Amino acid sequence: MNVTIIQYNAGNIQSVLYALERIGVTAVVTDDAAMIQAADKVIFPGVGEASTAMSYLKARNLDQLIVTLKQPVLGICLGMQLMCQHSAENDTPCLGIFEEQVLSFKAKEASTKIPQIGWNTISNLKTDLFKGIPENSFTYFVHGYYAGIGENTISTTNYIQEYSSALNKNNFYGVQFHPEKSAKVGEQIIQNFLEIKS
Amino acid sequence: MLTKRIIPCLDIKDGRTVKGVNFEQIRDAGDPIELGALYASQGADELVFLDITATVEKRKTLSELVNKIAHRINIPFTVGGGIKTEEDVRILLQNGADKISINTAAFMDPSTISRFAKNFGSQCVVLAIDAKCEADNHWYVYLNGGRTKTDKLVTDWAKEAVDLGVGEILLTSMNHDGTKQGFALDITAELAENLPVPIIASGGGGTEAHFLDVFTKGKADAALAASIFHYKEVAIPDLKQYLFNKGIPIRL
Repeated sequence: MNVTIIQYNAGNIQSVLYALERIGVTAVVTDDAAMIQAADKVIFPGVGEASTAMSYLKARNLDQLIVTLKQPVLGICLGMQLMCQHSAENDTPCLGIFEEQVLSFKAKEASTKIPQIGWNTISNLKTDLFKGIPENSFTYFVHGYYAGIGENTISTTNYIQEYSSALNKNNFYGVQFHPEKSAKVGEQIIQNFLEIKS
Repeated sequence: MLTKRIIPCLDIKDGRTVKGVNFEQIRDAGDPIELGALYASQGADELVFLDITATVEKRKTLSELVNKIAHRINIPFTVGGGIKTEEDVRILLQNGADKISINTAAFMDPSTISRFAKNFGSQCVVLAIDAKCEADNHWYVYLNGGRTKTDKLVTDWAKEAVDLGVGEILLTSMNHDGTKQGFALDITAELAENLPVPIIASGGGGTEAHFLDVFTKGKADAALAASIFHYKEVAIPDLKQYLFNKGIPIRL
């Protein structure tokens, strides 16, 4: 299987690559349009800031490429957020694949920790991405912005309020958490993604 | 619900775990990768690797070690020790570290924090503070592995660092470190209740009840310990089950 990770200025590309290696998959990291289009599976990672990431994608026409992909695509963290309509992080128009909007966590008191950092549960799981994953499994999150709940929601998590911890529309999947850092549960979710039929 | 984190800390010198360990399952007790992998499999929520050599000539050893850890470990890990420049951070992150921890270098030049936060994101910048409660009953910041006293209050430095962009604070009480008499609850709670970033409490954890105290009375978001895990005085699965039974949000 030909798995391609979209190369851009994202922080966790190496971690995703190593996570794939641990389950026996060697992936290619590239920003080459032809190679991305030819892949069986595409992973769109991301740790960083929305407007900087979108500018980087646009400068390389990757924004236009991603929305036209036909094979299964998995956005991770910022990658998932960039696949939504718009991000409140520096008022950034995004790729518009998912219907949901990305909003900022609002502190209720001085001790409210933003970003959310740590292990939280995923619930109301839908689609084969979560095949064999028990309800309320723990995954690792690091994020200060979140996607609201909408028609593309396939997993919910509660931090300050309920939000979408995973989204799906057609061949596009997105997860807010980091499967590459979520122990066995994360490995199973990556494995599930790789088994989704084109 | 977001859970409280249990974080084993491994001290590294010249690529090896320094403090002795006592695990039959591990082929090489000095190998930090083996030990880290064991802790991950036991349910540790994150790992911290602290390089206590951290000289320039050893940096290559560290980045190679970080690379091997990243290949093997499927939970987040932080690397600290002697990190001063953007290049230091870049190398560690490129080799797969999730976060870096800074201490003396950040105090000597606080702009380090804002530069790291801007270039790599606050989420990967952990500020380690070595704190000591003096006779005047105030907590002061110490540097250089606890050898150098400063006149800065811990609360002031922590606030300043958060404003500059640190994503988490690793607070070690020098008064409690190594005593196994419990964590420093007051200063931990003071930071946790007033700052918008997670506080990782360190120093003094000796029993399961100490961890319960640091999460309830100390309001800590995470608790770090080293030798009690290495010497199997407290086993991670037992500790997490105990905390869960006491009603603490914990990942089992």
